[in-house]
Amino acid sequence: MQPRIVTLNINGRRYQVALDPNVTLLHALRDLGYTDVKNGCEKGDCGACAVLLNGKAVNSCLVLAWQADGAEIVTNAGLGTMDNPHPLQEAFADTGAVQCGYCTPGMIIAAKALLDRNPHPTEDEIREAISGNLCRCTGYGQIIEAVQMAAKTMDNETMNNEQLGGGR
Amino acid sequence: MKYKAKLLPPVELPELRTVGKPLRRVDALGKAVGATVYAGDFTMPNMLHAKVLRSTVPSARIKRLDVSKARALPGVVCILTAEDLPDAKLVTDIPGQTGQKIRAGSEAQVLASDRVRFVGEPIALVAAETLDIAGRALESIEVEYEVLPGVFDPREALKPGAPIVNEPDNVVARWKIRKGDVEAGFTAADLIVENTFRVPFIDHAYIEPEAGVAWVDERDVINIRVCTQVVEHFRSIARAMGVPHNKIHIQGTMLGGGFGGKEDITVEIFLALLARHTRRPVRLAYTREESIQAHCKRHPFIITHRTGVKKNGRVTAAEIKMISNSGAYPYLSPYVLLYATIMAAGPYRVDNLYVDSVSVATNNPFTSAFRGFGGAQAAVAYEQQMDEIAKALNLDPLEVRRVNYLKTGDRNATGQVIKSAVWLEETATRALEALGEKVVSPGSIKVGQGFASYMQSYGRITWLHDTSRAWVSLELDGSVVIRCGVPDLGAGQVNSLCQIAAEVLGVGLEDMTIYSTDSALTPLAGTTTATRQLYMSGNAVLQAAGRVREVLLDRASKYFEEAPEDLDIADGVVFVKEAASRRGGEPSSLNRSIADSLPLAELAAMCAAEGLPLSNLALFRAPFTAKLDPEDLQGDVFPDFTFGAHAVEVAVDTETGEITLLKSVACHDVGRAINPAAVVGQIQGGGTQGLGYALTEEVVVKDGVIQTPSFAEYLIPTSRDFPTTEAIILESGTGVGPFGAKGIGEPSLTPAAPAVANAVADAIGVRIHELPLTPKRVLAAVGRARGIGD
Repeated sequence: MQPRIVTLNINGRRYQVALDPNVTLLHALRDLGYTDVKNGCEKGDCGACAVLLNGKAVNSCLVLAWQADGAEIVTNAGLGTMDNPHPLQEAFADTGAVQCGYCTPGMIIAAKALLDRNPHPTEDEIREAISGNLCRCTGYGQIIEAVQMAAKTMDNETMNNEQLGGGR
Repeated sequence: MKYKAKLLPPVELPELRTVGKPLRRVDALGKAVGATVYAGDFTMPNMLHAKVLRSTVPSARIKRLDVSKARALPGVVCILTAEDLPDAKLVTDIPGQTGQKIRAGSEAQVLASDRVRFVGEPIALVAAETLDIAGRALESIEVEYEVLPGVFDPREALKPGAPIVNEPDNVVARWKIRKGDVEAGFTAADLIVENTFRVPFIDHAYIEPEAGVAWVDERDVINIRVCTQVVEHFRSIARAMGVPHNKIHIQGTMLGGGFGGKEDITVEIFLALLARHTRRPVRLAYTREESIQAHCKRHPFIITHRTGVKKNGRVTAAEIKMISNSGAYPYLSPYVLLYATIMAAGPYRVDNLYVDSVSVATNNPFTSAFRGFGGAQAAVAYEQQMDEIAKALNLDPLEVRRVNYLKTGDRNATGQVIKSAVWLEETATRALEALGEKVVSPGSIKVGQGFASYMQSYGRITWLHDTSRAWVSLELDGSVVIRCGVPDLGAGQVNSLCQIAAEVLGVGLEDMTIYSTDSALTPLAGTTTATRQLYMSGNAVLQAAGRVREVLLDRASKYFEEAPEDLDIADGVVFVKEAASRRGGEPSSLNRSIADSLPLAELAAMCAAEGLPLSNLALFRAPFTAKLDPEDLQGDVFPDFTFGAHAVEVAVDTETGEITLLKSVACHDVGRAINPAAVVGQIQGGGTQGLGYALTEEVVVKDGVIQTPSFAEYLIPTSRDFPTTEAIILESGTGVGPFGAKGIGEPSLTPAAPAVANAVADAIGVRIHELPLTPKRVLAAVGRARGIGD
């Protein structure tokens, strides 16, 4: 089969790229410079390559780039930056949830997908949500703390925003 | 389990400004937002993509190797085989060490010439315009093997007539400890307990597979950007390639985990060779499967303990025999075996000790460093043996240990006097207290508790003459730069150095920038292995920062007209201590009241104007000792040791064999926690690796072929497998690291697996002598126990 022009909306930017049918979304993203999407196994076992695809966390190594044609893709780098980090990224940095950092982008994506659908998760729900993301450094304890801390921060931010909105 | 022990009074360590605080690590945010660039993330213009052809058989002669079809493929730029690399050998030994004899056969061929010794041994390298083409080139290389008999069981490999893996024989190393009068010790014993324990191959399973990029620059320097624990491999690479040492430049990256698996050379030699032959940048990144096949494994051990004890549990003699499976090449096997030998008797005073250990070559994947480095395997055996002794004597497991625990001032197995705090009873008691009472178990579910104590060295063997260097400088705006060759595996190595320098220079972590892990541009700091970096490079940074501080305070003392010891630095400001109170009493000093404090930047400018040195390069040298007599191994071997304990509660379903970990607590004396959050991370993370060692992990190798080739078969712990390990940090302040710190990187793993094994034995009333504790083994053990009961 011939390459096809695929439209990828990544972190709010729109790309049109010619891709062979066997190119995974993981490789397409990394080739476009989104190296925050990590390659850990290319089999869907480790979760290091997780991204949000239309709001759902997926292992980008298990998605063909053609399947993502027209979809909204958010990588960890799309959630925040050094100057303006996402509450999850702040919390991961503050709790010691980041050691080698290689699983971190995928882990934060899994946590983001969880908090989007469940802003007040229990510890069990957090463990379930990140169970497809392997971490070899931390033993997961500080990662769970980080998700809990971020949930609180995001809760407060939502409340503050609502109060501000009410005042206007 | 009953336990009662007196706790030592808490040690009051002086409050510090930066050290001891759970600050956000300097590397944390960059990693959290995905800005950190790892070894596999670099690309270069005109870059080629590489792949490695590997042996598919464990033992064979290469009859024919034909790369002509591959070479003819459009887009293939370079194919290298052993023919192109005469004499390219890698010394598989501790890099940079001095005075060690290189054993025959301890060198690995970079590419196999006529003989392959394990599945996965590299045979040919391909560099092509795309990864796809490189893959197709691999497929079109033709290899014809003449299969030779292999040997896979180390006990078989020791028998006369066994196939020889590497000439002259299959013995890679032997060590022995001869101490006291073992015969008399056994005669004096009331009881002799004997057990044999086995541990399997284990994979490091870091989430970042090995990767790198290399290119040759206009100086003819081969630059290699790679994830490695050892940037000083530049020497071995230069030697293998026949180029001067100063023509290899390793630019290390932040590692996506190491745990000993990136201690040996991985992709860097292949990258260097291909870059040199093609004169183009080359990238090589292993897949997960290739990573598992290509890098070393943790050594399987068979360990037999024969222990003589008095009725109160006091050990009168111990005879310990160890066999480790070294795989096809020695790599660090002799040293792993040495550590295991020295730790064989555990953290106990055994005056009459006999240890015989041997590491044996087989046609299996090669084995080398893994967090715990022989000490972990030794602990699995000695701590299960302690529980078996307690059971045989009908004594409490803690009581048996308590009458044998080493104390400060005692001599360990090699006769080395332990000078730092030995908080064995303290850590075990705290861990058991936190574990609490055993929960009640319903029906076929049996609940058990167990714990394990340990000792583990930190810092390298002292006869290796270890050194580290660090450069610290104050910039003219008051910010600080550290240059130190330390590779950061993710455990917070560079952050600890920043916290130490920030403490000494009175600045914040945000004022620090560290340049690290570069073999040419940062002062060499040695390997990030052996739990040595906080100790070695931490002390080097402490020295360098201390000398800069001296210069600053000396100049400031002239400015303030105060003695240097009456000055301090905090928050980027030099100030006169207790100046305000003294000012109140001495009106004459009012005229310089505005000068009670001075910003570092102003002081730096003053020093610079006078040519005073605002930077320092420090060399820290570990204590040097003579090499030990191999006939008895008596003498000093390590700078110091870390002590601690891990305790767990498990529920065992005797119908299905399933083990559920209910609770996990670890308590370690870390001397001084430079960053307590990072220490918790080590204890929980290392502990969890140890729990995996006990319960889920095994690289299954059948006739030399790995049966667990990916994360789908090789099961490292997930977030749902175990509860979080509760970390209890004790600080005796007695370590030889900066501010009294001890090492915790490797020690955190060591006691977890034997603690689980002891808890399972407590639950089902019978011991399983082999890890991992799989449901199948549990059911077999339960069946045996019932058979006995019936």
